[in-house]
Amino acid sequence: MKNKKNLFENSIHAIFLILGLITVASVILISLYLIFAGLPAISKIGLKEFLFGSEWASTREDPKFGILPFILTSVYGTSGAIVIGVPIGFFTAVYLAKEARPAVKRVTISAVNLLAGIPSVVYGLVGMLVLVPAIRKAFGIPDGAGLLAAILVLTVMILPSIIKVSLTSLEAVPKEYEDGSLALGASPTETYFRISVPAAKSGITASIVLGVGRGIGEAMAVMMVSGNAPNMPALFRSVRFLTTAVASEMSYSSGLQRQALFSIALVLFLFIMMINAILNYFMKKDKVD
Amino acid sequence: MGNSDFSARRKAYIYTMRFLMIASSVITCVISFSIIIYVLFKGLPNISWELLSSKPSYISEKIGILPDIVNTLYIVLATLIIVIPLGVGAAIYLTEYAKSKRLTSIIEYAAETLSGIPSILYGLVGMLIFCQFLGMKTSLIAGSMTLAMMNLPTIMRTTQESLRTVPMSYREGAFGLGAGKWRVIRTVVLPCSIDGIITGCILTIGRILGESAALLFTAGFAHELNGLVKGLQSSGASLTVALYVYAKEQGEFEVAFAIAAILIILTLIINFIARALGNYFKNRGSN
Repeated sequence: MKNKKNLFENSIHAIFLILGLITVASVILISLYLIFAGLPAISKIGLKEFLFGSEWASTREDPKFGILPFILTSVYGTSGAIVIGVPIGFFTAVYLAKEARPAVKRVTISAVNLLAGIPSVVYGLVGMLVLVPAIRKAFGIPDGAGLLAAILVLTVMILPSIIKVSLTSLEAVPKEYEDGSLALGASPTETYFRISVPAAKSGITASIVLGVGRGIGEAMAVMMVSGNAPNMPALFRSVRFLTTAVASEMSYSSGLQRQALFSIALVLFLFIMMINAILNYFMKKDKVD
Repeated sequence: MGNSDFSARRKAYIYTMRFLMIASSVITCVISFSIIIYVLFKGLPNISWELLSSKPSYISEKIGILPDIVNTLYIVLATLIIVIPLGVGAAIYLTEYAKSKRLTSIIEYAAETLSGIPSILYGLVGMLIFCQFLGMKTSLIAGSMTLAMMNLPTIMRTTQESLRTVPMSYREGAFGLGAGKWRVIRTVVLPCSIDGIITGCILTIGRILGESAALLFTAGFAHELNGLVKGLQSSGASLTVALYVYAKEQGEFEVAFAIAAILIILTLIINFIARALGNYFKNRGSN
């Protein structure tokens, strides 16, 4: 009787252990698949040629598989979005955490939540029909789809992550820190920026890293506004990101071209893993602070 | 505020910072509300009963999005059915069984890693594993499995959070009455964690409704109207994928905006439910 019960409990334990390990198994599976799918093309093309080749012509008679344009576009595009988005997100977060009246805070936070919930294809659609024509008119260029449009769309898309993570971290700053500063004669605004912000700096940094991850990984919205030509990045030029390079040719690719797309995915994956590691470091630090 | 006592430099600093804070908040709100109002304004007039209740026909050159709505529902259902047992099970393991700190932190790190992987990579891996290796072809079920993998961390985290709030004394009471571990979990722990599971489901539904990149290569583009079983085995576009195809590849912006408006309305509803549930659970917790 006792043995039977033990067997039952042990098998339940085993089932839950397996369920618990599914996340680990998924991560391993994803990594292995991307590595094994991605390596063959890199070894055929040559690592240096693949990463630093500046020409991508996958369907030509004599194909070229250089992904430097995609890497640079992803880096520039994400940096651009960070440069514009971080200040807006940062100041909004400080305002919400410290200054805003409850009603204002409620409305603004629901605005931020809505931004976070809007599907990326909807951002893409609005970008295509509002932003791209606006850029074309404002700068007098033949086509507004390009890096600038992608940067602006990404800026809006990373705002919610930046605001929410910074806000949580700013709200966790002990009130005693601020009281001390106020008692010494600093104004509330000075206190927020000279005491609260430095105290929350790990969390704010984490929010920026999270934004970088979001920006580098976004595909659909960017695909709809960036023009999609494999050019070296320039603000008004039609460009292709790492993500959109994978997505745009996948449906009709074959042979080495298809393998090369998997290699691009592998490069993107490595970027993301690096960003995750950095993010994890700052998140942990924020908890300790 | 009593700013009048400060030196000119400090005043300038204070006013600049205040201006930047307010300006940024205004920008955030204006962007958010103007996108929503613009999409609703452009999309709502294009939503008609005919659009919602028919499928696309080449003969009459009409577009209907009923298949896409049905596909989206199937995907949501199938994903939840797959991901809930997995996510809840993983959360139970972590809070009720796991003794090794190392294993716990490995599992949690894996979950964080999963939630950081962009959806386009899920789409690619899903295509390789489910569509090709497991031979499911491009189908809704392959798409749902991909989304299940993607949303596993969400369900796991929300369930874990609510399991942690179950007081230890409940479990000890049940153990004291001679109940086995499984019985305690089934009768005491699980019923108390229903809050977290529901919250996780709402968040997951929101993410599924908005997801497109992961479905592009796993669930495909077809606009056929099928029953549940056949539907899951065949390829089909979700609302988001349909939006993308109509906007980017066919230039049917009216239909695209109609779908966008539907998606925005669904997002608003999901946000509202999530907030209402959050408040409800919080109030119930404090009573």
